[in-house]
Amino acid sequence: MLHAAYLMPLFPLAGFAVLAVFGRKIGNPLAGWLATGTVTASFAIALVTLAGMIGEPASHRSFVETLFTWIPVSALHVQVGFLIDPLSLVMVLFVTGVSAVIHWYSIGYMAHDEGYARFFVYLNLFVASMLILVMASNLVFTFVGWEGVGLCSYFLIAFWYDRPAAASAGKKAFIMNRVGDAGFLLAMFVLFNALHTLSIPAILAHLGDLSTGTATAAALLLFLAATGKSAQIPLFTWLPDAMEGPTPVSALIHAATMVTAGVYLMVRMSPLLHRATDVSEVIAIVGVATALVAATIASTQNDIKKVIAYSTVSQIGYMFLAVGVGAYTAAIFLMVAHAFYKSLLFLSAGSVIHGLHDEQDIKKMGGLRKFMPWTFAAFMAGWLAIAGVPPLSAFWAKGAVLVHAFSYDIGLWIVGAITAVFTAYYMGREFYIVFYGDERWRRLEVIKGDPHESPWVMRGPLVILSVLAAIGGLLDLPFHPHLDFLSSWLAPVVGSVSRHSSVGVGGEWALAITDSVLAVIGVTLAWRLWRVTADARHLEPAFLQRAWLVDETYDKIFARGGEALAGFLANVVEAKIIDGAVNGTASGLRWMGSGLRRIQTGYVRNYAIGIVLGLVAILAWMLVRAGV
Amino acid sequence: MTDVSGAWYLSLAAALFGIGAFGLLVRRNVLVMFMCVELMLNAANLTFVTFARMLNDIAGQAVVFFVLVVAAAEVVVGLAIIVAIFRRRREATADDLHILRG
Amino acid sequence: MSLFFLSALVLPKIAWSAILPELILLAAPLVLLAVSALSARRLPTGVYAGGMGAAGLASLGASVWLWTQVTPHGAGTAVDGAIAVDGFSVLVMILVSSVVVLAALIGEGYLRREGIGGPEYYVLAMFSAAGAMLMASADDLVLIFLGLEIMSIALYVLAGLDARRQGSGEAAMKYFLLGAFSSAIFLYGIALVYGATGSTNLPQIADFLAHNVASSDGLLLAGMALLLVGFFFKIAAVPFHMWTPDVYQGSPTPVTGFMAAVAKAGGFAALLRVFFASFGLLRDDWQPVIWLVAVVTLLVGAVLALVQRDVKRMLAYSSINHAGFILVGLEAATTRGIAASLYYLFVYGFMVVGTFAVVTVIARRGDEAHDLGSYRGLAQRQPFLAAMLALLLLAQAGVPLTTGFLAKLYIISAAVEAHSYALAVIAMVSAAIAAFFYLRVVVLMYAGAKSGVGLPAPLAATGAGEGAGSGELSPVAAYGPGAASAAELEGDRPEASRPDGAGGGEGHGEPDAAGVPATIALAIALCAGFTLLFGIWAQPVVELARQATLLFH
Repeated sequence: MLHAAYLMPLFPLAGFAVLAVFGRKIGNPLAGWLATGTVTASFAIALVTLAGMIGEPASHRSFVETLFTWIPVSALHVQVGFLIDPLSLVMVLFVTGVSAVIHWYSIGYMAHDEGYARFFVYLNLFVASMLILVMASNLVFTFVGWEGVGLCSYFLIAFWYDRPAAASAGKKAFIMNRVGDAGFLLAMFVLFNALHTLSIPAILAHLGDLSTGTATAAALLLFLAATGKSAQIPLFTWLPDAMEGPTPVSALIHAATMVTAGVYLMVRMSPLLHRATDVSEVIAIVGVATALVAATIASTQNDIKKVIAYSTVSQIGYMFLAVGVGAYTAAIFLMVAHAFYKSLLFLSAGSVIHGLHDEQDIKKMGGLRKFMPWTFAAFMAGWLAIAGVPPLSAFWAKGAVLVHAFSYDIGLWIVGAITAVFTAYYMGREFYIVFYGDERWRRLEVIKGDPHESPWVMRGPLVILSVLAAIGGLLDLPFHPHLDFLSSWLAPVVGSVSRHSSVGVGGEWALAITDSVLAVIGVTLAWRLWRVTADARHLEPAFLQRAWLVDETYDKIFARGGEALAGFLANVVEAKIIDGAVNGTASGLRWMGSGLRRIQTGYVRNYAIGIVLGLVAILAWMLVRAGV
Repeated sequence: MTDVSGAWYLSLAAALFGIGAFGLLVRRNVLVMFMCVELMLNAANLTFVTFARMLNDIAGQAVVFFVLVVAAAEVVVGLAIIVAIFRRRREATADDLHILRG
Repeated sequence: MSLFFLSALVLPKIAWSAILPELILLAAPLVLLAVSALSARRLPTGVYAGGMGAAGLASLGASVWLWTQVTPHGAGTAVDGAIAVDGFSVLVMILVSSVVVLAALIGEGYLRREGIGGPEYYVLAMFSAAGAMLMASADDLVLIFLGLEIMSIALYVLAGLDARRQGSGEAAMKYFLLGAFSSAIFLYGIALVYGATGSTNLPQIADFLAHNVASSDGLLLAGMALLLVGFFFKIAAVPFHMWTPDVYQGSPTPVTGFMAAVAKAGGFAALLRVFFASFGLLRDDWQPVIWLVAVVTLLVGAVLALVQRDVKRMLAYSSINHAGFILVGLEAATTRGIAASLYYLFVYGFMVVGTFAVVTVIARRGDEAHDLGSYRGLAQRQPFLAAMLALLLLAQAGVPLTTGFLAKLYIISAAVEAHSYALAVIAMVSAAIAAFFYLRVVVLMYAGAKSGVGLPAPLAATGAGEGAGSGELSPVAAYGPGAASAAELEGDRPEASRPDGAGGGEGHGEPDAAGVPATIALAIALCAGFTLLFGIWAQPVVELARQATLLFH
């Protein structure tokens, strides 16, 4: 088996370094191809590692590749090492694979942007960070990756930093993630305090030494971190705003990879959840609630990307539902499938935006199927996949989640099923508004002539992702024991802590049929309601359009609600005390500096006086010590 | 002669050292300042010799030769620097040099 | 008669191999001088640089070989007990040899640009390096003095190498006068210690102290005080530091970098050895002195660097701040503290040489563009230089993933372990203050850059966009004093404009990119690479410093 995991982050990191220094010289389009090449190389290494791992017996598929000790201070030994096991390898494969495809697409999408090289600098750094996050064998090192992806996300959301909306969206994402990161840090403190190690295998091996209370605290703190990164209630409002970034970024970071890091973290630490009490229930409820809330909001949005963004939040809610009910394999399955169809949807949306010269309001689109047949087909594939129409990927993946939810608690299943109808509906709504109906874009001034289909560098990735979105379900088929590839593959990692569904084969068939029916209901609804008209205000209540007023509520509570308090804080505490302290320190230091530099007269004899005074002082001290 | 104890030599050396240090502080002429440094070095030499005599140890006397060589090297380099800077001036005053400060 | 004397004379057995690195660096300049004197025509500067580079590599090889000898066989002495061959001295030799190689590379580019011929730079630099090595390995106070003088006298001349610039001569003169003064004080200190203990040999002094425990001898303590002053001068500790900014600013920039690395290495190596190994029993007497000096050095260095507009001068004060950090390790007076100081010294050498190499390039022909203004928007004109300088400055500020971070971490954890909590806190505060002026340069380099440049947008964003302006990422906002527009960053002009106008007048337009000589670029890349590589892959160098201290003689 190939023990060269370090090469995987190293390639994009090298690409980052080269592009950061020579990016502009390398230029357009070579810089993009270089970046794509590095990620593809990582993907190739992941494939070789996979081939080697398949040859090993199941019990030998996990190893830690320690490179060196990064911080060897007293008890804290932070090792730079990679934990390679079936779980991290699945993550690595789909992260590098999807990243490579999206890099490729970006070569076309960003072709006319003046920040072309800079874009790929960040993108490569992101992939390297994501791989570190996924493979790190030590929580501190995981945190390095965790922060790294957050930083890249911030840079890329604010990529067009001269647009105020982009800049403030970047800031919002940054702040919300800080809240989550605080949870991560605290969880590390708690775990280190109890176990004196932060190595992931060591933590999982010594869970028995943890008291239930400590385990619960650590698990809840990690879950807080996960809600920030994965945009769950209550920290989900940054993700829709993050759509200010370029579309490939939305596809890669804010759909396929980074936002699912929270789910991965939960699965990675799943034995900890078992040691804790009630945390799983909390996760399941938060997950399913997020799924429903986000799906209702998605049904009313008018921005082509925001619909998909809320859909992402909703889908990640499903993944957390899976984690909460102990269906870890199903969570990973849905994550992979979601990466395929959601990046497909984003890239198709990007293609539409590209063709309409950066127009994003779906109410100004329509009838595009004639002009963009490839995009049309790709979007339709993505829609039907996410809707759960058999036999496309989400049918299997979401089905697996719902089976386990049903077996755990019927209430969870009901909410999940309702969400499934919404899912099929909102994506269908967008599909019909964009590709059917009147050609409303003709009223837009920027568009001269007909919209154009995207170039082949953008169509190629769409085709690949369409195929994957369609057949992704093959990864893990139910009904037959030899077809559940993913389940048996992940069994060495999560098998012992997974909860098995009590639904028999008959029940599984019944649920599968129900799922299909639900999907068809959603699709039909969308078709009935949006096939022709794009204007149905009664179907878009303001409450939902404004995202359940969450932002406004946060605004009221945290900003305006305590206007007096805020005003007090801003004007008195902030201005007088904090700013005063900071500025006072600064000006005090400067004042001191200016004073001190007057001693530095430039005259040799003054310098000599300094030496002599110092000498006299030290001599005096020594003589006092000597008792003279 | 034999009545003069080591303490006298040591005191003389300390006085020479002090005079040298004081001279460096108060004089402006670079050459004189430099001579003051030489005076301090020789005060150290005298101290070495005295202790060597008191301890009955030859090593302290040997040190003096090293110091003399070092002092000679310092003279060569120091005078060269002084000449290079003050070549075109009538006086060699250390206070002329204060472009660099702050 | 003479035959009789010869037979009676017992020559000490000299293990030549133990002092091979010094011998190489003393012999090579003699060869270069001879070549230069005997050749009929002027040789290009590259020839001398090649010679110096070869000598540096040879001495590096010899040092590494010595390391392989010392590690299995343990420490020993040579030349009749005058030289200590231990991990500590060998590690400093490795550092100094590496700096010699780098200095050859940087010097070549600099001298060619300035059109200065002759072998002087190379010859003097090698002598100076040999002196520093001698200081590190000397096991005898007299030999330390000799090493100090060999190192310093060469540095005096190097400081005045650039005859066309007034500042260079002034730097040489000031350095020389004060250096000679402090040497005299140092020598007098040796004399007093000799009188009190009967020896100048470090192990014998330690032996004497071990057998005369109660000796709080006035003579000895006075001698120790004078020795401290001599060392403090060389390592630029407050209040013996006042020459440093002037000399650093006035000297030719490559010399400044060399001086900062080599003189500090030699001075600190001897200081650590003398006080930790020989006067260890008297630590109750010297520890408080070190404590106080470390505190004022940390604070004065950081605070005065804040108000500088001249980058070289700012870096001079920053080097004073670094000296304070290294002193904190000595103050702990534990093996870990010494290891931390040694590690700091080692990695700082590379950081500072690299930093001054970048400054050399940016200064352009004439070596005068050192105003902060010359760094504005550098990222756009010269992304390579800007990226390297940013890396090196961040390392000096102690940002994680660089050696600078680990160095500060080890120093502070050693201080905490030794229960010097107050000192640890002060060190961290000074690091926070220091972060401001390093980041100020970094922000200035990247501010004003448009999109499409290598990396800068996030930093540019913090200054440009309305919303992103207050970005949590803005290092200035994060670290402190005053929010910052790029203009304000450049602020705090000195009340009186400088009479020499060094760089003050120009630099506000859009200067063209300065040419980067290939040799200097290589040196910069080596330093930055070292800083980053061993910041991430920390163990080897950390382990080296730890072993070196365990192999203390």
